[in-house]
Amino acid sequence: MEVLFYIAAAVTVLATLRVITHVHAVHALLYLVVALIALSLIFYLLGAQFAAALEIIIYGGAIMVLFIFVVMLLGPLAVEQERTWLSPSAWVGPSILALVLLGEVGYLIASGDHPTMAVTEPRQKAISIALYGPYIIGVELASMLLLPGLIGAYHLGRRLSSEARSC
Amino acid sequence: MLSTPALVLAIILFGLGLIGLLSRRNILYMLLSLEIMLNAAALAFIAGGARWGQVDGEIMFLFILTLAAAEVSVALGIVLQLSYRFRTLDADAFCEMRG
Repeated sequence: MEVLFYIAAAVTVLATLRVITHVHAVHALLYLVVALIALSLIFYLLGAQFAAALEIIIYGGAIMVLFIFVVMLLGPLAVEQERTWLSPSAWVGPSILALVLLGEVGYLIASGDHPTMAVTEPRQKAISIALYGPYIIGVELASMLLLPGLIGAYHLGRRLSSEARSC
Repeated sequence: MLSTPALVLAIILFGLGLIGLLSRRNILYMLLSLEIMLNAAALAFIAGGARWGQVDGEIMFLFILTLAAAEVSVALGIVLQLSYRFRTLDADAFCEMRG
C-alpha cells in the first residue's frame, strides 16, 4: 500500500510540474488529467472510494471537457497546430505516467488486498446521513452557488455570441 | 498510516499550484493552477478524514467539487469574453482597471 501511494504521489507531482511548465494548452490539459487520475488513486488508497470515483467523473470528466472546449474555441484550429498537438512526442509523457497508474490498479485488483473494502458500505451510509443531517445548510449553500454559476456562465456565453454576430 | 505523507503531498501540490499561478501570465494556465490548488486542499481534507476515521473530510470534498464546478464554468466564460475583446490571453494586457 505504501509503495503504491508513493508511486502515485510521484506521478501526481511529475504531471503537475509538467502542467505548470508546458506551453501548449492541450498538452498541459493531458498532464492535468493524468494528475487527477493519480490523485483519485491516492484517495482510494486513503479509503475514500466515493471521493475517488467523483474525482474521476467530475474533475477528470466534466471539468476537463469544459477546459478542452474553451481551448478549442479560443483560436482557429490551423492544420499545422493540429499536427503539433497530435505529434507522438506529445503522447509519450502522459502515456507513460498513465501506464504506471494502470499497473498499480492492476496490482490492486490482482492482489485482492483491499483493507478499506470491509468498511465501505457503512461509510457511504454515514456520508449520506451526515450530508443530509448536520450538513444540510452546506447542501443548500452549494445549490445557491450552483444556480448563480449556471446563470453567470449562460450570460457570459450569450453576450459573446450576440456581439460576435453584430460585429 | 498514510495521512502524514498525504498531507505533505497536499502541501507540495499547493505550492506547485501557487508557483504556477504567480509565474504564468496566460490566464488559462492561471485557472489550471487554481484547479491544482483546489485539488491540494481537497486532498488535505481527505487525508484528515482518513486520519480520524470521520466522514467530514469526504463531505468537504463534495463541497469543494461543487465550488470548483461553479467556479470553472463562470471563469471559462470570462476567459472567452476576454479573449474575444482583447484578442489575447495575457493577464498583463487586461489593465483597463488600473489595478
